[in-house]
Parts: sequence; C-alpha cells; structure tokens
Amino acid sequence: MKEQIREVIREHGRLAVDVDTLADDADLYQAGMTSHASVNVMIALEDSFDIEFLDSMLKRSVFESVDSIAAALTEVGVPA
Amino acid sequence: MTITAEVDAAVVGSARRIADEVAAPVAEEVDREARFPAEAVAALREERALSALVPVELGGAGASLDAVAGACFELGRRCGASGMVFAMHQIQVACMVNHRGEGSWFDDYLREVVAEQRLIASITSEVGTGGDMGKSIAAVSEPDAAGTASFEKQAPTVSYGPHADAFLTTVRRAPDAEPGDQVAVLTRREQMEMDQQGTWDPLGMRGTCSPGFVAKATFPVEQIVPERFSTISAETMTPVSHVLWSQVWLGIATDAFDRARAFVKAAAKRKPGEPLPAAIRLSELMSQLSLLRAEVGLALREYCELHANDRARLSEMATILRFNNLKIAASEQAPTVCQEALGVCGIVGYKNDTPFSVGRHLRDSMSARLMVANERIHATDASLLLIAKEV
Ligand SMILES: Cc1cc2nc3c(=O)[nH]c(=O)nc-3n(C[C@H](O)[C@H](O)[C@H](O)COP(=O)(O)OP(=O)(O)OC[C@H]3O[C@@H](n4cnc5c(N)ncnc54)[C@H](O)[C@@H]3O)c2cc1C
Repeated sequence: MKEQIREVIREHGRLAVDVDTLADDADLYQAGMTSHASVNVMIALEDSFDIEFLDSMLKRSVFESVDSIAAALTEVGVPA
Repeated sequence: MTITAEVDAAVVGSARRIADEVAAPVAEEVDREARFPAEAVAALREERALSALVPVELGGAGASLDAVAGACFELGRRCGASGMVFAMHQIQVACMVNHRGEGSWFDDYLREVVAEQRLIASITSEVGTGGDMGKSIAAVSEPDAAGTASFEKQAPTVSYGPHADAFLTTVRRAPDAEPGDQVAVLTRREQMEMDQQGTWDPLGMRGTCSPGFVAKATFPVEQIVPERFSTISAETMTPVSHVLWSQVWLGIATDAFDRARAFVKAAAKRKPGEPLPAAIRLSELMSQLSLLRAEVGLALREYCELHANDRARLSEMATILRFNNLKIAASEQAPTVCQEALGVCGIVGYKNDTPFSVGRHLRDSMSARLMVANERIHATDASLLLIAKEV
C-alpha cells in the first residue's frame, strides 16, 4: 500500500524533493506540499484505492506523511 | 447568572457604552482625518477589555468569544474602524491563548497583556505573497548561542502599526523552510524597528491606520508561539478572524439600516397617511439585513460550539469551507445593505453631514472583500469543494 501512496504523492504532491528520499513518517508539508497540492493528492488517493475518505479524515494532519495516509486508508478498509 | 454570563454581559455592556459615548461622537472625524480612534481604545483599556479573552488563571476576564463578538458588533455599529481595531487585537490574543502551550513564555506575556492592556497588531500579509496567509517569504534566522533570532518582513498593510505595543508576525520557521512551513512570533515594539512605507489614505476603514512597513525584529526564540502556524491558522486565526470581522461588518450594516429607518420614519411623520415608496424599500432592506445577520450569527454559534466540544473538527475541510464562506458572504452582503440604505435615504444619505449619511458605512464595508481577497478564498474553496463531503 505504501508504494501505491508514494506513487500518488510523486504524481500529485509537487514536493520540493523526490518522495523516495523521505521516510514514511517525514512531514510532506515541510517537504513543500502546498494545501492545493494536498487536495489533489486526496482526490488521486480516492481514485487509486477506490475509496472515499470521511469528512473527519479530510484535514491537514491526516495527509502529513506516508504513515498517516496509510493509517487513514486502513481506517476506510484498504488492506495493509 | 453564572460568573461567565456576568463577565460576558459586562464585556458587551461596556463596549456598547464606549461605542455610544466615546466612539460615536468622533467617528466622522476619525474617518475624515484617517486618524486612530485613540479615545475608544483608551476607554477599552480602562475597562480592561483588551484582555477580555485572557483566561481567569492568567488574570484575565475569561470572557467567551460570543461576548467579544457582541462587543465587535456594538463598536462596529458606531465606528467601523474602532470595531475593526478591537476585533483584530482580539484575534491575536485568541491565537496566543489557544496555542501557547501551557507553562510557556506566553503565560507571562498574557499576564502582561492583562496588567498593561497591551494592544497587539498583526503582520500576516507580505509583499510578494499578498493575502496568502499560508505562505511566507520572510524567515526566522538561525538562533545564536544565546537563543536570540531575528526576521525582516516587508509588510504591505499593518493596521494600527504606528500605535500597537506588540506585533504577531508570520514567518517561515527557518531560513531553509518551505514557504508553507510557518510559525507566528510575538515581538514587542522595543524589539522592533518599524520603518513605515508610504502613507494611509484609503477609501474606507480610515481610522485603522494601516500603512505598509518594513518590520525588523530581534527576539529570544521563546517568543515563537509553540504550535505551528498551520494549526493556529486552522483552529483559531482564520475562523476567529472571519467570525469577528463579520460582526464588525454586521454592525456597520445595521447602523446603515437604522439610519435608513430613521429617514423613513421622519418622512412618514411629515406626511402622515400618504404613500411612501421608501418604506417598501426599507422593508426589502430589512430582509437583506436579516440574511447577513443569520449567516453571521450561525457561524459564531458553530465556532463556539466546535471550539468548546469538538476542536478537531475545526481543521476539517468541510468546516474550513463553511468559515471561508462566512467571510465571502458577509463581505458581499454588508456593502449591499449599505448601498441599499443609500437608495432609501437618497441625497441626504449621500451627503456626509446629515443624520442619515451612510457614505462612511458604504466605504468602510467595501474593505471587507479585500481583507484577504474574496477571489483568493474562492480559489481555495473551489479546490476544497472537490474533496469535502457534507458542507
Ligand atoms: C482595512 C484593512 C486592514 C488590513 N490590516 C491588515 C493587518 O493589520 N495586517 C496584515 O497583515 N494585513 C492587513 N490587511 C491586508 C489584507 O488582509 C490582505 O492581505 C491584503 O489586502 C491583500 O493584498 P491584495 O489586495 O493586493 O490582494 P492579493 O491577495 O495580493 O491579491 C491581489 C489581486 O489578485 C486577486 N487574486 C488573488 N488570488 C486570486 C486567485 N486565486 N484567483 C483570482 N484572483 C486572485 C485579488 O482579488 C486581488 O485583486 C488589511 C487590509 C485592509 C483592507
């Protein structure tokens, strides 16, 4: 699952660095992801994993790192 | 009454008295001369209103945001600039109260706000990023061995910059931090060099005295608000700004409506029983005003409820959308009400020296759409609407 998350971030996160240089718990916003880019990441994740996030998950802190995104995906039923 | 209800009633009551007795008599002069409403601010200090939101354990009144919102409305009704200065100060206090991390330097600073009734201004916008509060160019320098750091920020608009005791400034966390990786720093005037750029001769909100500055500061790093700015912004600065600003705009629009009503009543007295077209327009105006009042009141209640019981929801995109929409809706509706009030009063509303003048109201309320450009907020909302569910 984490490789698929990284793929989405690579395509839509517009990071200042290559996502592969970041640890799973690294802060994506500190790596340059803007709020606007984070919305594109969310939309692409919904599409790629064929799920819908809940409103309670749609906040900055949930999309802060690969780890926190993985936790949210697990919560909506994506197998680890 | 409970103690909080008593405190809240006192905050609103004293603001109403100051609005009527102190702000109203000089509102025209403040506007004409674009001068700071010093009398109103002095009276608010005397009532210790500048620390209304500081919790009781730090010596403050511990008033609710509801009460401060009521005070903003009362002041805005008599003098838009006084209301806006009060609102902006309270926003800075709320950010420190909510995000100080207990036991930090900010506990002591807030005690000082209580004791000395410090007036705090805001430096969020920046030359180069405009109204995009979520990005900074200026950065905190690498602290020296003694823990002293500095910044230099080009600020296009700093309300009451020449009169404030301290400033809450957004900057990048470090020289190599990304534009969105921000912190807020509280610095005292003595720690700053404020180099004014140009003058302040705007269309409205003239008494806010908001010229540009190059702001330089040197400060101990403990003066950086502990929580990062993205959290401060989502949970407090953005929603509280929108809630309190919109109360000021509602106050301005309400007074414009009251003046239109006084005009119609006077006309009805002169010709009792005769048809009065302006009376119909006044009735239409009332429904416009109620829409504004409903939106502003609903958002205030929602913020107070979430802040008290479900703070995590303040960061959800669906919530952010609603508080952004409050700003857009109120900033468009308030000038609409003022303009319609002008339509009711006609030439005596257009003249600046009658009891029915609404020119100042119209000009003041037109600043609303620029205080973080509505176009910019629409762009944010357009993106959030693509992903949020229940809005
Ligand atoms: C009365 C008053 C008091 C103020 N006090 C303070 C203060 O104390 N401290 C402080 O920091 N700031 C203050 N400001 C500044 C204010 O909050 C804004 O940051 C500032 O007005 C933004 O500058 P700008 O109008 O050039 O807008 P910008 O945000 O720089 O935008 C420039 C133009 O581009 C348009 N635009 C921007 N983004 C988009 C988009 N995405 N899509 C389409 N169009 C877009 C805008 O509509 C605008 O016309 C104050 C402003 C006013 C009016």
